[in-house]
Amino acid sequence: MQIGYFTERPYRWVPENEVLRNQAFFAVSNRFFDPAKGSEDYNYYLDENCYAEELGFDAVALNEHHGTPFCMGSVMNVEAAILARITSKVKIVLVGNPLPVIKHPLRIAEELAEIDLISRGRLVAGWVRGAGSEQFFNNANPAFNREYFNEAHDFIIQAWTRPGPWRYEGKHFRYRHVNPWALPLQKPYPQMWIPGVLSLETVQWCAQHRYPYVGLGTAIGPTCDLWDYYADEAAKLGYQAGPENFGYLVPTFLAETEERAQELGKGFAFGGGQAAFSRPEHTLPPGYNSRDAIRRLARQPGGSWLGVSADKLRQGTVERHDTAAYDEVRKKLFASYQKAQEAYQIVVGTPKTVLPKIKTLMEVLRPGIFVIFNVQGPVSNQDRMTSMRLFAQEVMPALRDYGKEIGLKDPIERTPGSVKLASGVSRLPVADRGPLAALGLK
Amino acid sequence: MPNFYEETVRTGGADLVVVKGGTGKPLLILHDELGYTGWMTWNERLAEQRTLLIPLQPGYGRTPRVEWLSSYRDLAGFYSRMLREHHLDPIDVIGFSAGGFTAAEMAAADPHLFRRMVLVAPMGIKPSEEEIMDFFSMTIRSHLRATVADTVNTAEFGKIYGGEMTPEQFEAFEDARTETARLGWDPFMHNPSLPCLLEGTNVPTLLIRGTRDEVVPHDCIRAYKKALPDAQVAEIEGVGHRPEIENQAEFVRVTRDFLGA
Repeated sequence: MQIGYFTERPYRWVPENEVLRNQAFFAVSNRFFDPAKGSEDYNYYLDENCYAEELGFDAVALNEHHGTPFCMGSVMNVEAAILARITSKVKIVLVGNPLPVIKHPLRIAEELAEIDLISRGRLVAGWVRGAGSEQFFNNANPAFNREYFNEAHDFIIQAWTRPGPWRYEGKHFRYRHVNPWALPLQKPYPQMWIPGVLSLETVQWCAQHRYPYVGLGTAIGPTCDLWDYYADEAAKLGYQAGPENFGYLVPTFLAETEERAQELGKGFAFGGGQAAFSRPEHTLPPGYNSRDAIRRLARQPGGSWLGVSADKLRQGTVERHDTAAYDEVRKKLFASYQKAQEAYQIVVGTPKTVLPKIKTLMEVLRPGIFVIFNVQGPVSNQDRMTSMRLFAQEVMPALRDYGKEIGLKDPIERTPGSVKLASGVSRLPVADRGPLAALGLK
Repeated sequence: MPNFYEETVRTGGADLVVVKGGTGKPLLILHDELGYTGWMTWNERLAEQRTLLIPLQPGYGRTPRVEWLSSYRDLAGFYSRMLREHHLDPIDVIGFSAGGFTAAEMAAADPHLFRRMVLVAPMGIKPSEEEIMDFFSMTIRSHLRATVADTVNTAEFGKIYGGEMTPEQFEAFEDARTETARLGWDPFMHNPSLPCLLEGTNVPTLLIRGTRDEVVPHDCIRAYKKALPDAQVAEIEGVGHRPEIENQAEFVRVTRDFLGA
């Protein structure tokens, strides 16, 4: 299996009250950005990824978001290009380039080819639709988000494989002269791992393209359901999905003592955590999700998209808290942090307590790619690195053994989609829900 | 009481659903970016003298999406085709907000389509002061509230949008928002060439605005007036973006005065 390291590269110096006042990270004013601190942080996070390589992680994963202290990586390919040169072994996994937001697939094809060449073939490309908020930030029409995504992806594959020059007249993109001089070192092109937060359409698209799907800290039960959906789609296409088709990323933080881990791990809930990525009106811009997805959201009890329910969207623009209410909000955030741990969506502790939890995740979800996501919030460089070291030295070796024991092949060892499934033969299970009941999880 | 009913009109390769009702000469009604609200008092009043034709915009739920529509100019072309194919031109028209934008695009392309044109708080021209309210970056509830100045005392606002929003309403609004984004995301709810194309079209025009409109700035009306110097302007005091429900009596009065029987 492939074990990866990931961080959002949070800007750790924004006052939490500003995030709480705004009820989200997106749209917090950049007057709270201190360039001196930002400069130190960008350099530190590059060093942190080098440290991940030194500790023996197989991959470092980068992402990008726009206009938010939640993630400083607003131009991920810049960081990827630097890592391509200053690391030598780790795969550089992009999760991923937001195709509809960048709106320039030829440029992306060129940038990624350069990164693959500089890294001597260590790039793993990945594509995303971009968060809802990023459609606003980049003025990318959300009603065409899926069309932009599909067309840009298909174009990039062509740009990497079809000898130029040629002309492209598409629906959303047009190029008079396609002939990118630099092409990827990996042939026919780098692998593509697709991260997601349980959009059915994306999972179906991955199955069709035989791309691994990486669940980003998604709830375990629904993740199993999506794995089944992927595997059913794969079976229709005549292949057996396996661990090589699945990845899972989970917020994970370790410290020398349980108390310290629990205290610092609260950083995952800083400012409201992932659930406060953006306000409802920014999370679901018009047309961003399909009509079917909107119907599921509106009609399923408890239906939500990244924590945004139809009820929240029916409400007016958020009322801002008064200062006195912040402590109350923090109490709720702490409760949600604990609940997320009980649901295995955040894993915090010492190596001794973290290992069995992650083994359970591996047993249930059977991912060929497993990525830990380092803590958010104002946690020091030293504590972040301690967590990485404890994981790498005291947890990772046992995970590798366990992965071998239960047959978690990764997409490098076994090409996703390469296990044929004869017509009329039932597919094999891809998840094991067995342990969930005992843990009180659905 | 005039009856209203729906019929399907084949236009531009699509089955366009049209709400019809009333008696007298036909009057085309182009609804706004939130969709058809249902038959209200102002419909009832105008239908006493005119036959209202209210096409339900493609992609808004009732009429299926028409894939080749990607701008308000396209939508204008689609409706123009309906008028020509069904020999309805020249016709009187009332366009509300984005429907006003659509009507103006129709007039700019072919002034002979319309006998008289009423544009109520029309989008379509970029104001030089302020901006058209970015309703895409608001929840639907906030957008709705911004369309009237007095939500509490506007009975028909409560009738349309009061209480809990049903899943069906929510879905209809999402359909409307999506289709509106397809046509008007960028440039946002305007067309830079529209003012130039409107100049000299000479369609008798009435511009109606509520003095407390938070959605379409006053300057949009001034820009329309500049492009159409002979246009009349009716200001309805104390109401917002939807004078037709916030002060339907005054809205009906100025509209009837302008259109005649």
